[in-house]
Amino acid sequence: MKTLLINCSIIHPEQKLNEKKKDILLEDGVIKQIGNLSSGISADKIIDLRNNYVVPGFFDMHVHLREPGREDEETVVTGCNSAAHGGFTGVACMPNTDPAIDSAEVVKFIKEKAADHLVDVFTIAAATVGRKGEVLSPIAELYEAGVVGFSDDGTTIKTSSILKRALEYSQMYNLPIIEHCEDESLSGGAMNESINSTLLGLPPIPSIAEDLIVMRDIILAEYTKGKIHIAHISTKKAVQLVREAKAKGIHVTAEVTPHHFTLTDDSLKNYDTNYKMNPPLRTRTDIDEIILGLKDGTIDCIACDHAPHSLEEKEAEFEYAPNGIVGLETSVGLSLSELLHKKILSLEQIVEKLSINPRKILDQPIPQFKEGEMANFTLLDLNEVWTVDISKFKSKSKNSPFDKRLLTGKSIGVVNNKKMLFDGDFFDL
Amino acid sequence: MSLSSRHLLGLQGVPKEDIQLILDTAATFREILERPIKRVPTLQGKTVVNLFYENSTRTRISFELAEKRLSADSVNFSVGQSSVSKGETLKDTIKNIEAMKVDLVVVRHAAAGVPNFLSRICNSNIINAGDGIHEHPTQALLDMYSIREKFGKLAGLKVCIVGDVAHSRVAMSNIFGLKTIGAQVSVCGPSTMIPKFIEELGVNIIHNIDEAIQENDVLNVLRIQLERKAREYFPSIREYANYFGITQERLEKNGRDILILHPGPINRGVELSSEVADGLNQIILKQVTNGVAVRMAVLYLLGTLN
Amino acid sequence: MDVKAKIIDEDGLSRIITRMAHEILEKNKGSQNLVLMGMKTRGEFLARRIFESIEQIEKIELPLGVLDVTLYRDDFRTRLKQPEVSVSNITFDINDRDVVIIDDVLYTGRTVRSALNALMDFGRPRSIQLCVLVDRGHRELPIRADYIGKNIPTSNQEEIKVKMKEIDGEDAIYLMENSVKN
Repeated sequence: MKTLLINCSIIHPEQKLNEKKKDILLEDGVIKQIGNLSSGISADKIIDLRNNYVVPGFFDMHVHLREPGREDEETVVTGCNSAAHGGFTGVACMPNTDPAIDSAEVVKFIKEKAADHLVDVFTIAAATVGRKGEVLSPIAELYEAGVVGFSDDGTTIKTSSILKRALEYSQMYNLPIIEHCEDESLSGGAMNESINSTLLGLPPIPSIAEDLIVMRDIILAEYTKGKIHIAHISTKKAVQLVREAKAKGIHVTAEVTPHHFTLTDDSLKNYDTNYKMNPPLRTRTDIDEIILGLKDGTIDCIACDHAPHSLEEKEAEFEYAPNGIVGLETSVGLSLSELLHKKILSLEQIVEKLSINPRKILDQPIPQFKEGEMANFTLLDLNEVWTVDISKFKSKSKNSPFDKRLLTGKSIGVVNNKKMLFDGDFFDL
Repeated sequence: MSLSSRHLLGLQGVPKEDIQLILDTAATFREILERPIKRVPTLQGKTVVNLFYENSTRTRISFELAEKRLSADSVNFSVGQSSVSKGETLKDTIKNIEAMKVDLVVVRHAAAGVPNFLSRICNSNIINAGDGIHEHPTQALLDMYSIREKFGKLAGLKVCIVGDVAHSRVAMSNIFGLKTIGAQVSVCGPSTMIPKFIEELGVNIIHNIDEAIQENDVLNVLRIQLERKAREYFPSIREYANYFGITQERLEKNGRDILILHPGPINRGVELSSEVADGLNQIILKQVTNGVAVRMAVLYLLGTLN
Repeated sequence: MDVKAKIIDEDGLSRIITRMAHEILEKNKGSQNLVLMGMKTRGEFLARRIFESIEQIEKIELPLGVLDVTLYRDDFRTRLKQPEVSVSNITFDINDRDVVIIDDVLYTGRTVRSALNALMDFGRPRSIQLCVLVDRGHRELPIRADYIGKNIPTSNQEEIKVKMKEIDGEDAIYLMENSVKN
């Protein structure tokens, strides 16, 4: 089937493309031609993008799909739907499922569930068996099954010797260890330690709980020459540590969630558990450093840490409620509103953070805008003003603090795997 | 004159006029406690539920007496542990209670923010009887009433809160209330027990108990929790008692006729020596009596709001 | 509200108080078992004046108490504003005593009903008698005064305003009327 996208603005930072008023002809989901094509081309379907943007498909490398184990909160399919509607063509899912992703069987299970979807699902396997931090997972077997990284996310790899071994072992396959940095002897609280934790009477989590592990992990990465990726970085000190490490040539990368560059711990005044996550929301000072880190490349990518939770679990006493919020359907909107429109990052830089760099970190090919390549696009309207409505989320869970928030910019569709989502509907190409 | 909110969730942000109204109203009820028939019909026909998720005999009895003396129908709902382990969610519990047409809910819970949460999901008026380490407003109000009863005023007085301030809802409510009403507040205890950022609230920090005694008109001495986890914050009970405990010798050495308050129950020999606990400086039992009066005032002011 | 007429002036008030003091003593055949109870606010000052008058006549100081009946009101649910409470002051035993409640104006009778309930919580008097400065009619409960300073029939558009030196700077009883014509 031939599909013609007309009046596209095309941006591809790697290919140094930045062109307006171009047309793209797709045949059976593959790029046939890019240029000024309007005249003389017959197509089964013509979609006028009205000068909106076509960029290489966005990829979120930190997503919890909850399947197997908590299908009440999310499944692979509903998570992919959520991703597609949020503007993503690829996600990497975390292993804290039940059972954990620590064997080829579970990887296969997830792959099968994602088989026919527009969104590509990559798996991050547990670094240790059951994420218990005691014994290394069968890294080689998992690599063969197709995993793209290792993490005990949800928890830190507490024993330094285990992390050292994981870094050494995974190097053979050029795979990163993604670390959730939290010194649990210091944490165990419910919110960032600040004047707010004192006023609200909530047990505090000092920022050093994150910083100490970031420091340890960087030193281990330096020593082993392995690849460490810092998940959901949130403190000023952590950003500074990563910056210094990169300057020394240590192989460390970092991601930040949209909520960590948008919200501070002032939001918790009403004990709304939609503002409860781990790492917790921090202060203005931390956000300022994160913004600097995004600008100067210290923070490589944006990853939303999509964490669906059931309503009854979230609607509880603040201290006992689980951590996390869904993020796939607000990530792009927040990135555009808070970073593009506030002139912190250019559109090219945003595409790097949301599309190019996550794939580089996971050693995945970057979608190309070339004839003969499989079309893998995100379509963006940078100026559409819209209100977040959690009741319309495709995710099974609605735990988001952004309900009713006004955002500027959103994804209006995605293309991948010979499928397209546009105007809210999926169709085959 | 009415209170500006139909809930009492804490003293943070409560206007001075509200605090004064509660203290003035409490005086009326204090008188009633001296009568042969300690009862007025004011809250007849109103139902109050004491929703206590945390065990507490004295606060619950104090509230129960206050409710009964106002002729309200008082019901106790003692939930052993948090809703999480019991199976029924907090939200379901409160909705069920509300369905029984209850006017006021007095709630105590180990997790901060629960009264706030309840005030958003049910229609009854909520009174916080202690939520985690956040606030315990009626305790602070009865402390302030007791201080005012002795000195005739609160503004300008120097009050020091002694003990594990970082984990004390009594301390937090006292700090908010006393600052609002114009008292000077300081805290005294080991550094590990003073919350970070407390100075941002306009509170002085003292680490020397003699200094605390010398410089203040009132000491509000908090209970040290002796459970294992709480004891990680100081090396030993002996050390705490030696360096922060109030003894008769300490009082005499510092030549002070200082007023001593304690929310109870007392760990004799730890934060207060037996001599001081029974001595002339303390008004601990008066606090207990005043507590019923203050709670009657709060129940009256919130229970008769239209 | 506008003043319609000044019914009683300072001298008039003084004579009324003296007369009521005598009436109380006469009915109770002396002062042995008497207790005076002033109702807040102006009833308190009236009670004190009657107390002083009796002191002059019998050379005896009667027990004098002050009663605040806010907590016994029957109109909490219907009132728009919350009433302010104040403190009662009854330092003596009222069991088996003849209690004379003293108030300035008797109107619907509901305040007196509250006072009766309040007194019962203090003990069991031998009798309760009611002394009022003005009876303006319009009773809603079966209540009547034993001692009346002056009967002043009023309409519902009118009001009786009692002024006392202790709090208003003058002694007088005014008849007020609602100036707004509907």
